[in-house]
Amino acid sequence: MDANTLAWIILLLPLMVAASILLGLKRMPGLSALLSTGSAVITLVCSVMLFSVTGAVKAFPWIDLAGFRVNIGLLVGEDDTLAKGMMFIVTFIGSLVHIFSLGYMKDDEGKARYFAGLSIFMFSMTGIVLADNLVMMFIFWELVGVSSYILIGHWYQKNTAADAAKKAFLTNRIGDFGFMIGILLVWVLTGSISFEGIKAAGPVASTMLDIAVICIFCGAIGKSAQVPLHVWLPDAMEGPTPVSALIHAATMVAAGVFMLARVSFLIEIADVAAQVIMWVGAVTALLAALMALQQNDIKRILAYSTLSQLGYMVMAQGIVGGSDAGMFHLYTHAFFKALLFLGSGAVIYACHHEQDIWKMGGLRKKMPITFWTFAIGTAALIAVPGTSGFFSKEGILHAAHEAHHTGPWVIGLIVAFLTPFYMTRLFIVAFLGKTRTENADHAKEVPPIMFVPLGILAVLALISAYGPIAHFLQARGEAHMPHLDATFWISLVGLIGGVGLAIHFYRGRDSDPIRIPLFENKFYIDEIYIGLVRIFQDAVATAVAAFDRYILDPLVARFPAMTAFSAGSILRFFQVGNLQGYAFLFGAGVVALIWFLLL
Amino acid sequence: MSILEIIVFLPILAALAIGFGAPARFTALGAAGINLICGLVAAGTAKFTDIEVGGFSFVHESSRPLLDDPELALAFGLDGISLVLLILTVIVTLAAVWVSPAEIKIKGSTKLYYTSSLLISAGALGAFLSTDLFFLYAFHELALIPTFLMIGVFGFGENRKRTAWTITIYLGVGSLILLAGLIALFLNLGGNTFDLATLYETASNDVNIPAETQSWIYLLLLVGFGILVSLFPFHSWAPDAYADAPTPIAMLHSGVLKKFGIYGLIRIATPMLPAGAEKWANLVLVLLLGNIIILGLATIAQKRLDRMLGYSSVMHMGYVFLGVVAGTTIGMSGAVLLMFAHGVSIALLFALAGSLRDRFGSLEFEKLGSGLGKTVPKLGLLFGFAAFASIGLPGFANFASEVMVFFGAFQPMEKGDSLGFLQWAAIISLWGVVISAVYMLRAYRNIFKGPLASPEPRAADLTWGERIPVLLLIVALMLIGFVPEILLKYLRPALESLTLIGGGG
Repeated sequence: MDANTLAWIILLLPLMVAASILLGLKRMPGLSALLSTGSAVITLVCSVMLFSVTGAVKAFPWIDLAGFRVNIGLLVGEDDTLAKGMMFIVTFIGSLVHIFSLGYMKDDEGKARYFAGLSIFMFSMTGIVLADNLVMMFIFWELVGVSSYILIGHWYQKNTAADAAKKAFLTNRIGDFGFMIGILLVWVLTGSISFEGIKAAGPVASTMLDIAVICIFCGAIGKSAQVPLHVWLPDAMEGPTPVSALIHAATMVAAGVFMLARVSFLIEIADVAAQVIMWVGAVTALLAALMALQQNDIKRILAYSTLSQLGYMVMAQGIVGGSDAGMFHLYTHAFFKALLFLGSGAVIYACHHEQDIWKMGGLRKKMPITFWTFAIGTAALIAVPGTSGFFSKEGILHAAHEAHHTGPWVIGLIVAFLTPFYMTRLFIVAFLGKTRTENADHAKEVPPIMFVPLGILAVLALISAYGPIAHFLQARGEAHMPHLDATFWISLVGLIGGVGLAIHFYRGRDSDPIRIPLFENKFYIDEIYIGLVRIFQDAVATAVAAFDRYILDPLVARFPAMTAFSAGSILRFFQVGNLQGYAFLFGAGVVALIWFLLL
Repeated sequence: MSILEIIVFLPILAALAIGFGAPARFTALGAAGINLICGLVAAGTAKFTDIEVGGFSFVHESSRPLLDDPELALAFGLDGISLVLLILTVIVTLAAVWVSPAEIKIKGSTKLYYTSSLLISAGALGAFLSTDLFFLYAFHELALIPTFLMIGVFGFGENRKRTAWTITIYLGVGSLILLAGLIALFLNLGGNTFDLATLYETASNDVNIPAETQSWIYLLLLVGFGILVSLFPFHSWAPDAYADAPTPIAMLHSGVLKKFGIYGLIRIATPMLPAGAEKWANLVLVLLLGNIIILGLATIAQKRLDRMLGYSSVMHMGYVFLGVVAGTTIGMSGAVLLMFAHGVSIALLFALAGSLRDRFGSLEFEKLGSGLGKTVPKLGLLFGFAAFASIGLPGFANFASEVMVFFGAFQPMEKGDSLGFLQWAAIISLWGVVISAVYMLRAYRNIFKGPLASPEPRAADLTWGERIPVLLLIVALMLIGFVPEILLKYLRPALESLTLIGGGG
């Protein structure tokens, strides 16, 4: 098969599956689940084959009008390692999550709907990866938003889930507002919306370009949950845990990073925008790590850690020469974070939907496979030398150091200390010590359909940075002898210090000995936003609506109308409201009109 | 008899037949169905190959002369713009006459429901297809009468009489201002023919109306058409009218008939009065921002679904105006396509709101409660489609047309140029995309998501009979959303010739 066929199969197969579930298979949840999983595996096979084939992909015009042309075109050129690597990650994690879900969602009453949602997601996400122009990317950008909305709100009868889904979509819309402006400005500057066309137009540095790139970056701020639009991601944990693994950890939230890598040639020119991107990433990495310190919900801890790691990746996109390192971290992070989320899913499943780590404990003996795979995932996340996470994180910090961005570099090192601390805390409290509740007491190891994906991901979390896998992904950046420089030594000290301190504070504890309300309450950002929305949206909306109804309407409509009719009894005559009255009015109108025209 | 004459007069004949005792629902559905087929046939057989520079490329022309001086004829023609509106009208008409048996049973007047719907449809079709200025105006007036009637007689809400009179007077005044403008235009273009094609020719070749005259005639037309299409601040008739109107009337008026105002601007005012259009462009930009931002915010504050939909319908008109003011081929195409998308999606929303009202007796958010997705899952799913269509999700026609409107407002530019007022207005109006997501998702969440109230409300889900018209509208939206080219291929020649007259980009 050639690249054309493969690319179109990858894109359209999940869409067809989703459509057929929606149109008829909904009543057969088992079949729906199998079809959806099957399609994910097929797209995985296709995306592996995609690495070795060449050839052009046919594009279809979607809108073609007066010099404005939007293609549904797929970009998988020979040297397009970015799309191929990302595609592998999406379909690979996607397949494992589908398989894991077969177990996790076995008895859910909305199983067919769930798998349809996953398939819509796979379709939308591959569309982002394959898009050859900004508008097409935006189209699928919105569609992943909708699949995320559907899946976060899967248990729609829960208020928290329904609210979280809405919040996620709306927060992303704010980012997309900027994204669209950015696309329009790029079009204004270069007369093109396709990546190749923009590159060919040879854009030069200008204030407008800086603004355009910052606006485009707004899209990534929303989708990749960067400060200040990060608030939706922790709430998104209301969705089923496999969804959190796939969409809200490994792939969709990384789409912002991917998109920045796609336009890295613009970021290189736009200095100011690059600075903004780098600092937003760094600040997110730090704030999210601080918030993670004081959370008690296992999924929320992981969610904040995802925010923090995404901050690293985004920061890298703003550093000259850092884009590749950021993408490499995206790959390794996808493996170990999907592993950690699925692991937490296994724990939640085993503990009868208990998510509070203080109500777990002692799971090491109860679920050994989950325990060991989770341990490996944790090791990769906290960057134990030799694991995949170590090399990719090292790459980013190294790039920051090389480019003399001292501020972000220092922040990166602080985060490299905070991450081991909060992850060790999670690990000790949830898995070690004694069981603290009945639910944890009754926990037992999950079935093979769930632990096999964990095993596969654990292996990759360890080795994905090494030659064969890294080469396969055509990632630029792979395992190497660490430079024994300041970055290495300081982060090693941070790692040992973080783990050591966490052991010191949390070993054998039944409750949290540290209380930092500011971190626990996430810097009160949610509360501030709720207040802002109340004032600037709801209050203003109410005021405007009242103005419209009680001032504008009487002034523009009722007053003139009433004045005209208050002249006499005409009003009373017409208010009779009988048919003759209306007919008379109509007749009179027509006669007047004809008389007027024929005069 | 040409196919266009059949399309316009069939609903009128069917309405008469119902008046004389033909089975109402059967006749109405039959007429609407045949009209849908005729509309598709007219589109399918239309050949817009030769672009006549300086005029519209009307096909399927038919003309019955009535008067010689001034030249007046019952003449119909079809070009790309009217074709899109024709398709919109026949689709929405079929859905509107199909949708409401439950409501009619409550209100108990089958005949009047169907005759009114058919007459509104005929009036809209006549207005969109007329190539004669007089009939273009007259057909629209014809459609307004049953609208007033139905709201006054069969409307919902305690104030329906007042609502009916408010819109009668309001739209009546609007029509009069419009009439004054049209007469002025007619007289300034020689005053001897109502034929649109001849009028274009006159406007572009022989007589150049002085810029000042153009300016005040355009202002009259702008206010007249603006009132009909609920341009800010002339919108306040709309939310009440749609909230109180019977379901098919709300669908037909907001979905189809209201588009007459925009159609008139594109068809008459802008091409015949280019200097006037240019002069008032900035005013229109300010007003459309009023539609999008101010009324968008007012939409958020609504406490009833029907009023919310009424406001949202008004709000979205702002984007159509944006495309028209942009004046580029992309922007104008976007505006026309958006009329289609908006018309279908708002009709869809009103249809589903009607189904909700039939079942739960109220459309107040507080009384409706929450979690109804559990009680009526199919209604919930379809409402979800409608909600996401109306907030411009890719895959629906609304997104395609909004993208075109926005790109229409921007042009690739030389280095050193800066953004003009049009571009800034477009950027500000983009915020409306966030606003509409806010109110739509809030409504969807409040009604369909969350826990059910206790005791659990009981209601039957949509039957197949109720689902068909709704699915028809959804399929139309998705078809054009996936393949906008279906309609764009008709718009391309029409608008390229139009922007040639108007001197736009």
